[in-house]
Amino acid sequence: MSRDRRTYMLNMGPQHPAMHGVIRLLLELEGERIVSTEVEIGYLHRAFEKHAESETWNNVVPWTDRLNYVSPLINNSGYCLAVEKLAGITIPERGQYLRVISSEISRVADHLTCVGASAMELGAFTVFLYLIKAREYLYQLIDELTGARVTTSYTRVGGVKADMPEGFPDNVRAAFQLVREAVADCDKLLTKNRIFMDRVDGTGVISRADALAFGITGPFLRSTGVPYDVRRAHPYLVYDRLDFEVPVGSKGDNFDRYLCRMAEIEQSMRIVEQCFAQIPAGKHSLEASEMKDAFVYQDMGKQGETALLKKYKAKVDQTLQGGQRGERADILTGDRTMVMPAKEDTYGSIEGLMNHFETVMWTWGIKVPPGEAYVAVEGGNGELGFHIVSTGSDRPYRVRCRPPCLNPMAALPQLLKGGWIADIVATFGSVNMIAGELDR
Amino acid sequence: MMNSQTRRVGAAEVFEALQTLKHEGYNVLMDLTAIDWSAAGAQAPGARRFEVVYRLAKIDPDTGNDNGRVEVRCFVNDSSAELRSAARLWPIADWLEREVWDMFGIRFADRPGIKRLLLYESFEGHPLCKDYPIAKRQPLIGPAAGEPANNPSFNSAAPTVKYE
Amino acid sequence: MTEDYAPAGTLTTQLDAALGWARKYSIFQYPFVTACCGMEFMSTAASHYDMDRFGAGFPRFSPRQADVLLVVGTVSHKIAPVLRRIYDQMASPKWVVAFGVCTCTGGFYNDYATVQGIDTIVPVDLYIPGCPPRPEMVLQGLMMLQQKIEKQAGFRR
Repeated sequence: MSRDRRTYMLNMGPQHPAMHGVIRLLLELEGERIVSTEVEIGYLHRAFEKHAESETWNNVVPWTDRLNYVSPLINNSGYCLAVEKLAGITIPERGQYLRVISSEISRVADHLTCVGASAMELGAFTVFLYLIKAREYLYQLIDELTGARVTTSYTRVGGVKADMPEGFPDNVRAAFQLVREAVADCDKLLTKNRIFMDRVDGTGVISRADALAFGITGPFLRSTGVPYDVRRAHPYLVYDRLDFEVPVGSKGDNFDRYLCRMAEIEQSMRIVEQCFAQIPAGKHSLEASEMKDAFVYQDMGKQGETALLKKYKAKVDQTLQGGQRGERADILTGDRTMVMPAKEDTYGSIEGLMNHFETVMWTWGIKVPPGEAYVAVEGGNGELGFHIVSTGSDRPYRVRCRPPCLNPMAALPQLLKGGWIADIVATFGSVNMIAGELDR
Repeated sequence: MMNSQTRRVGAAEVFEALQTLKHEGYNVLMDLTAIDWSAAGAQAPGARRFEVVYRLAKIDPDTGNDNGRVEVRCFVNDSSAELRSAARLWPIADWLEREVWDMFGIRFADRPGIKRLLLYESFEGHPLCKDYPIAKRQPLIGPAAGEPANNPSFNSAAPTVKYE
Repeated sequence: MTEDYAPAGTLTTQLDAALGWARKYSIFQYPFVTACCGMEFMSTAASHYDMDRFGAGFPRFSPRQADVLLVVGTVSHKIAPVLRRIYDQMASPKWVVAFGVCTCTGGFYNDYATVQGIDTIVPVDLYIPGCPPRPEMVLQGLMMLQQKIEKQAGFRR
């Protein structure tokens, strides 16, 4: 009996059951085996790069939030680092530690979401609920620090928006305790679970050479055995002073990627705890006699009490932007052409007022010298690069974001070829495709 | 932070330069992008409109060290396919070139066909070029740009959506 | 606002009241998730904020089986025909929720690729603005949708 080898085209997408977003896979199937795949992306193209050309330097920061929207603080830091490299400024140490702390908390949230969503698609709904509960504690921390849960816009060119609130390190430690418990529970539920291992062990295998040929970085590359991490290879901010391990797999399959991400969650929490031990003290505990409430301070200004204005500082919560004179030097660079002055100076002296106007007025604004810079940070998925081109005006000429998840998506046809339909779910979940970053 | 050398080559020599660099050990094509210099006036660095940037890295597979980065830059005009595709050197170049074609309209030679990556095929124009207005919409469905929105929300008896 | 749904002369009978009560507490949502609002949708659906206590916890991933189309996240022109097709495939009675400001009006994406509000393509019953909306806002919106569903039980939709 002759066998007719006929293949069947099946369309998976562009609307997937929740969580993944919008991707279209055109599968050529022979029974349940995948003969070939074509991946079609671009369903969430939102013109980030075009919008960045018409926004001022600081106004691009909210647009970067929406790139990898599960770890927005990493995108904020990456973009601001690229602009600062071009402008030639280094931010004060406390600001650098704050960027590292916020990036690592965001990275934990990213990995929790990835593992939770992919476990849910394989049927482990409990794991999803436990990890999203753990992520909720982190969202509350990010809310305390930046003012928003998801779209944070925390960094500015020259530093960060504001300092961390009172009692933040204790809240973080308490939250990490709960996150560690949730991760340990999920570890018990999944790692030696026969059903889970049958689905992810040995599926979606990629070799080291192929991963490098596709330019894959991040946990995907580390699962194949290459210990490349941008925080180690090109240390930025204060990562060279921090002690952390880079988990590496060996087989390059979905199980190794799951283990890499779980191990990275623990390493990120270690980094944040070390940061709290090393961070230089901030100056927000001032003597009560030196401070006046902000509305009193403004009244003094309206009445022209200039001598009193120089003597006192305004009492403003340190998480509000534009806070006290002293502590701004910890989190924002001293370069007056790049950052807004403290509110005491804005309301209290004409030089401060002029400085404030010049940094925010349309077509004035902060000016970055002409040139180009490329800076990469370690995002949740790998090397997240920003290539900034400036012609010396108040807005970027070109902003290019190098998306780390484009590379495993381009390798997806190779990963899926010869596998079963059921493997698509496991492999696609471990890619951690974030459409905001992929399509920009 | 990362420092990379920059090499400027002519459009015809790009493929050979990339091939030589690959033999020298640059095993990863990190990024491939383009810049449209037409709105930069006096600051435009060359006589031609676009500059294409290839970013390569040398990653050691055993230690994970980054042993060097290099940027290869060349100037092109959009209309002719001057650059030879790098897809046979690094497979990721296929998608990156499709994105450069989609956004800028720069063609690449020596590749089977090129189609858009991020936008739909019926889209006309290349949006990241400086002469494409950002809010010029080409909807597939729904009111076209400029038409008054006869909102289906308020007019369920006669919806305006023509759906094929 | 809720008085508008019963035009003059219509009596809401006990049967309609029962039907409205049943429909509002058994919402089968189709989460059409595209972008960042999906993160807040996940938070609302998970244990902390819990949409399940409103009867809306069980997503149906087939439009034939769903009655509320939750459009979550930016809708681009490339995926707009897909959204319309999914809306057309749903059986009456159906409601559409525009979750997030990108679906209400296009958000801050006034560009060549984004639909400036999904109400140009599908009729929308509830708008939840926010970028992304906090889970408390989503739950308030859900309760408003439930009031609307309850009052509309007397109509043919």
